[in-house]
Amino acid sequence: MEIPNDLLYTIEHEWVRLKDNRATIGISDFAQSQLGDVVFVELPAEGTELTKENTFGVVESVKTVSDVYVPVTGKVVAINKDLESQPDLVNSDPYGKGWMIEIEVSDSSPGEGLLKAEQYAEQCKNQE
Amino acid sequence: MTESTRQQSNSSSTAMKGLVFDEPLLFEMGSPGRAAYSLPKCDVPEVELEALLPEGEIRDPIKSFPELTELDVVRHFTRLSQWNFSIDTNFYPLGSCTMKYNPKINEVTAALPGFAQHHPYTPEALSQGSLQLMFELQEYLKEISGMAHVSLQPAAGAHGELAGMLMIHAYLAKQGAQRKKIILPDSAHGTNPASAALCGYSVVQIQSDERGLIDPAKLESMMDEDTAAIMLTNPNTLGMFETDIIKITEIVHNKGGLVYCDGANLNAVMGKTKMDAMGIDVLHFNLHKTFSTPHGGGGPGAGPVGVIDKLEPYLPVPVIEHTDGRYKLNSDRPDSVGKMKAFFGNFGILVRAYTYIRSLGPEGIKLAAEMAVLNANYIKASLQEQYHLPYDGPSLHEAVFNDKHQLKHKVSTMDIAKMLIDYGFHPPTVYFPLIVKGALMIEPTETESKETIDGFIEAMKDIARQAESSPGIFHDAPYMPVASRPDETTAARSPKLRWKPSA
Repeated sequence: MEIPNDLLYTIEHEWVRLKDNRATIGISDFAQSQLGDVVFVELPAEGTELTKENTFGVVESVKTVSDVYVPVTGKVVAINKDLESQPDLVNSDPYGKGWMIEIEVSDSSPGEGLLKAEQYAEQCKNQE
Repeated sequence: MTESTRQQSNSSSTAMKGLVFDEPLLFEMGSPGRAAYSLPKCDVPEVELEALLPEGEIRDPIKSFPELTELDVVRHFTRLSQWNFSIDTNFYPLGSCTMKYNPKINEVTAALPGFAQHHPYTPEALSQGSLQLMFELQEYLKEISGMAHVSLQPAAGAHGELAGMLMIHAYLAKQGAQRKKIILPDSAHGTNPASAALCGYSVVQIQSDERGLIDPAKLESMMDEDTAAIMLTNPNTLGMFETDIIKITEIVHNKGGLVYCDGANLNAVMGKTKMDAMGIDVLHFNLHKTFSTPHGGGGPGAGPVGVIDKLEPYLPVPVIEHTDGRYKLNSDRPDSVGKMKAFFGNFGILVRAYTYIRSLGPEGIKLAAEMAVLNANYIKASLQEQYHLPYDGPSLHEAVFNDKHQLKHKVSTMDIAKMLIDYGFHPPTVYFPLIVKGALMIEPTETESKETIDGFIEAMKDIARQAESSPGIFHDAPYMPVASRPDETTAARSPKLRWKPSA
């Protein structure tokens, strides 16, 4: 189970890469393995204002359909359009080509309430 | 165990024996020049299509269109029909779906010309028989459920949910106090949050407690004056009766909310309990589950909805009224949520449900519920050594196991379900409810004989034994059907929706 140290995580298994005022968001390796083969990813339109802890999209796998949650408040500035035709990128490269959205952060302390890699690893252990 | 012994061990299964044809598509059959019939020689002057129609109006000829004889076509479809797996051929313990036998007398009454050929535009005065049947069916559903009013319009369970939620929405709007949220247990059917969301509500989930039930204390802490309703299922999707139902409905009512009950599991309690007495304000019925009308590919469903008095003004229009010995359709109801379905719902289905209720009578209805519960509990008791019961409290019409024991041997719920097909049984519902990891949800219904149920139990035990002794054989199961493990991922990612000529 890969849990990169340079990312932050949510209890709902999203990861966040914070850089300056931008946040790139996807779902974790653990999440994709629990979901199984992803067949569809629904993402918000660019420009959408998102509020922390609300949902921003839906991931559909052969097993189930799950909401994905906003880890950081802000405006969507980019979405991963490749997921439209290749939703399997979420499975094969969850932290890379399987990214979902990029947000222009409006949170003053965007990392607050998010989990560090080791905390998240602990969470996953409990759920296995 | 080899394939042949598996076949032998399963005397109750006939579906998987004998010739099974691997049937090509019609497009892959035939030969140029073949036809199903020959027309007489044309005795009027022939005119070219191009002379009659402007350019652009004539379609290009379809490339590779199959040319077939009548016998080719008849055999093709007859063979395909033999692949059907249905309640008429085999045991179908699909949990939460109540796949009970659909008595053939239902088909006889629905085919009576007076019903089958009754055009929906026929004037009211000439439709008295059909209206009477619908009116009486409403009365029966009221009697069975305890709900004060019923509309037969919705076309399916989820459509009934939507009708019910629209009425709740309309009621709150009329009070001038619309609310924002709906509370749903995490064991709910997926259609529930969808129906709530379609009405503009946001959904808040309440976690089931360790019993698998709704915890009144937790509900109390969540229920507020912004919550329009709770949508629950009783008995719930674990087949368990919500023992705190009175407390639950009181908590919701005390804060001005309403209680919606999904009638998916009505078969367990039909005629045995009154929903209104539990504090239920809206209930939908699945005629295709509880009242033996065709289910799944067999035809349209029907999801009548019942309400208490204060929601009556909001029922879909038209409502059927009975005054001075005449049945009338009334659409003049200003507070109604409107029409839910063209004309009067799926009328042919209503005739079947009516027939079922009349065939069973009050005592028969109760007995059916009792037998459904008995059969499920017989399976539950017979298999609890072999399969893990994640919630082991008392349950009614279905038994929810999981694959905890079998997973030790790397055999999953999906593997167990697939293997059951080789034994001639339809797999149970799998991976639902979501609160049970690897759920196997078995609902035998009341219409199965002890022999059939014993055959199923033996098959499940045999599968549990094999999971220990030879887990490797599960990977490619089932072995006997025409198709074994369709590639669900590729089917979802790049579906082939129609035949295309090869280039």
